Amino acid sequence: MRKYLARRAFYAAITLFGVSLSVFVILRVLPGDPLVAILGAEGHAQMKPADRAHIMADLGLSDPLPVQYVRWLGDIASGHLGKSFFRGDTVAAQILHRGPISAEIAVLSLIVSWLVGLPVGILSAFKPNSMPDAVARALSVTFIAIPGFWLGMLIVLALLFWFGYKAPIVIVHVWDNPWQNLQIVVGPAMVLGLAQGAYIARMSRSCMLEVIGEDFVRTARAKGLKEWLVVMRHALPNALLPVITISGVLLGFVLGGSVAVEQAFGVPGLGRALVTAVIERDIIVVQNLVLLYAVIFVAVNILVDLSYAWLDPRIRYG
Amino acid sequence: MKALAIEVARFSRRNTLSAIGGLIGLLIMFTALAAPLLAPRDPLKADFRRMNKPPDAQSLLGTDQVGRDTLSRVIYGARTSLFVAFSAVILGTTVGSLWGVACGYLRGRFDLVSQRIMEIMQSFPDLILAMAISMAIGTGLPAVIFAIAITRIPFGGRVIRSVALSVREMPYVEAGRASGASALRVMAFHVLPQCIAPYLVLATTHLGVAIVIEAALGFLGVGVPPPTPTWGNMLADSITALVPPWWLAFFPGLAITVTVLAFNLLGDGIRDTLDPRLSPAFLRMMAGGRRA
Repeated sequence: MRKYLARRAFYAAITLFGVSLSVFVILRVLPGDPLVAILGAEGHAQMKPADRAHIMADLGLSDPLPVQYVRWLGDIASGHLGKSFFRGDTVAAQILHRGPISAEIAVLSLIVSWLVGLPVGILSAFKPNSMPDAVARALSVTFIAIPGFWLGMLIVLALLFWFGYKAPIVIVHVWDNPWQNLQIVVGPAMVLGLAQGAYIARMSRSCMLEVIGEDFVRTARAKGLKEWLVVMRHALPNALLPVITISGVLLGFVLGGSVAVEQAFGVPGLGRALVTAVIERDIIVVQNLVLLYAVIFVAVNILVDLSYAWLDPRIRYG
Repeated sequence: MKALAIEVARFSRRNTLSAIGGLIGLLIMFTALAAPLLAPRDPLKADFRRMNKPPDAQSLLGTDQVGRDTLSRVIYGARTSLFVAFSAVILGTTVGSLWGVACGYLRGRFDLVSQRIMEIMQSFPDLILAMAISMAIGTGLPAVIFAIAITRIPFGGRVIRSVALSVREMPYVEAGRASGASALRVMAFHVLPQCIAPYLVLATTHLGVAIVIEAALGFLGVGVPPPTPTWGNMLADSITALVPPWWLAFFPGLAITVTVLAFNLLGDGIRDTLDPRLSPAFLRMMAGGRRA
């Protein structure tokens, strides 16, 4: 197990190194001068060449690319991640300030997806092709197709029209005021949770159907166990593994989707920060946030793999 | 031709929902192609006498802040949306598939390195990678297509690689190799034809995703730039108003949902028919296998 962990960590490190390198390269092939993006074409034109060079040096953009890359790695190692072009704070400070909101949304949406998706999937597997099953499948197909940010917009609009309600638009952390905080995160979490829940319902239905056909389930029934015990104790644990996998894969979808959903709800989370930085062409912020999203995604995938060994005693990593 | 009709009829009987999806998809494609004929008005023409009008007899889906006709814009939006999605999926899946054939057939060091590269590409959430790329290379139509295409490459690569891995062990491929065909020839004439079915399945199942990414990019302001009407742009425009008119927020999103739903249903049917290897059970195995 320890050997497996070490190998996984090694591969993850290589992957993340590649990720950081590609983020860096993608953002440095930017056509055009970053100064034009920062100052605007007019401001850029009015400036003396010497001043331009001075600012470029100040921002650390005039060094050779390998030097810039190594400096970025140094910034990552030191933990402050570099400075935004437009705001005085470091990227690390931004992440600490906005990150908790986005993390709450992600975790809550995960909980919602399991609470909704799993029961629906199990119920439809036990009465396949019945009316409730058909309804459940129609709903899950629909929710997979609805873009989360659109659903979010509609919810915000409906609340505004009918109740004159608007969720708080400034960051309120859960430890400051849990009630206000909940109002911020509940909308995005529901929207993202339902979309993931649709996939989970689909997956758990097909896995349950597979498992129900197996001999040990028939044995459990034959020995007179109540149906819900057969489901909960025998069928479900064996159907869970793929559902957990898909949940990990869906996290990529949540991380990406939350960017648009946060924008739709006007939630001041990390996704919002990324969108703002992309539009302002604030390279330092973008490269760090993109890297952060990738690190989270890779880490979750490792956790998913480790959960296999815990859930399925037949799997042993050597 | 007749054989094709019979095939389609059989497919429709077995996959009614998919056939409906395909029909709606065809209708949307037709709408996109015939946009100039179908749109009641010029999608770019502002009309300051008719701003922010709710749906009425003159403009069936209402007008926006500068009096442009929403229905015409939604119809023209289908053009952009489908053009971007089709080009991106075809480009990304084709490149990915060819790469996958090479990986699966050549194996060895090339495969090993390629797998790492694809792993890196898949470490980014789709939308975020697309955002970063379209930020880097600008926000025109080709840039958006390219950005979305790149996110599709590793999916094609992984699935087709696994197909190529199994095909290369077949006797007829070995025979080809034994008779002195070059690796390139074997890949092109012996392995590639086996990959067409999974390729089609991949392409259709990724259409919906591509449409959503395109719309999200537009919504976030990094997609195809205005004034080109796209569904994402229209949604982004609609929320700039203090009190957003509901018709501006509703119809473009409905168009996205219906289109994605149609292509997803079609994709499911095609997958079940053409390639049981791409069934959920197989994909699960792939998803598990890729992180060993």
